[in-house]
Amino acid sequence: MASVKLKAKAIDGGLIEVKALMTHPMETGLRKDSATGEVVPAHYITEVVVTANDKEVLKTNWGGSVSKNPYLSFHYKGAVGDKVKLTWKDNKEGTDSAEIAVE
Amino acid sequence: MVKLLLPGLLISSLALTAAYAAGEPNADAYRQMTYGDRDANPALLVVDRGEELFKEKRGPKSVSMEECDFGLGKGVVKGVYAELPRYFKDTDQVQDLESRMITCMTTVQGFDAADLKKKTYANEKANEDNTELEAIAVYIASQSDGMKINPSTSHPKEQEAIKVGEALFYHRAGPLDFACVSCHGADKQRIRLQNLGNFSKAGPDAQKAIGGWPTYRVSHNAVRTMQHRIWDCEGQMRLPDTEYGAPLSVALIAYLAAQAKDGTYVLPGMSR
Repeated sequence: MASVKLKAKAIDGGLIEVKALMTHPMETGLRKDSATGEVVPAHYITEVVVTANDKEVLKTNWGGSVSKNPYLSFHYKGAVGDKVKLTWKDNKEGTDSAEIAVE
Repeated sequence: MVKLLLPGLLISSLALTAAYAAGEPNADAYRQMTYGDRDANPALLVVDRGEELFKEKRGPKSVSMEECDFGLGKGVVKGVYAELPRYFKDTDQVQDLESRMITCMTTVQGFDAADLKKKTYANEKANEDNTELEAIAVYIASQSDGMKINPSTSHPKEQEAIKVGEALFYHRAGPLDFACVSCHGADKQRIRLQNLGNFSKAGPDAQKAIGGWPTYRVSHNAVRTMQHRIWDCEGQMRLPDTEYGAPLSVALIAYLAAQAKDGTYVLPGMSR
């Protein structure tokens, strides 16, 4: 199952509204496992890059303070039909991406 | 808006308003601000997962849940949640969504009921993801989004379940003598900043509450269903664990759904 749910639609002012939901545990690395007493290792998205027609429109650096299953929403100047692609990377070399055409 | 300046702290009048309940402008505005964007709901990811699990051939009999009847015929999911709980002839009992799921998963897919009930809820304290039961439940329920809350109430056993649920609602029990009515028996009640709907009467409080479950509880990072809500309430009342899908829970849900009749389902919900 894909870990990214992506939506992109044109809104007023020549802007495109991009909304993304990502499935990710976003472990801070500060939590202790109640059964073993061991610290649960940090596991969170460190970078999210969004391109429109292969041109980067957003790049963000995240840390453990972003909540589990994070939601991201932003606007960029674009057009209907743009090919929007979101890619995330985490601190354990995990990655996933999703692509959508702007409605 | 009046602002009070305490040492280092700015408190708005919103927090100091005495009544913070459903229907109050402040509560609704807050809800719209934080949970109003339905695209921002992580429950949508769990709904997708639930859909996959629902359609997959699973269990010892390797059958999909599309072979099951949730009240509107085999394989129909659209609108079934809106009419639950309801009486089912094949089990001769009133069932809610989740007890009906257990019926389906055991009789049709061949799973063992005791095994299924071993792990019903994600442990949010351990940052667990939602269980399969939770995912399947929120998928089925979400197919009734936008529909009227319309539980079946014409069958004698349905009416009995509602009456039993009502009796349970008022029944004081446990070491603290709690009943549901202790918290949910009057208008405009709240605990700290969480409003407590008045479910002792049919009306908007019941409609808004029932209409928003299953919901993504942001404080849990997880989807929660009505079975979990009842189990959680009973836990808060210092009562023993309610078994998943127990008749007691179905009766309470039947009573609450009847109080919520003619409200509208907004699913999946999103709440604190």
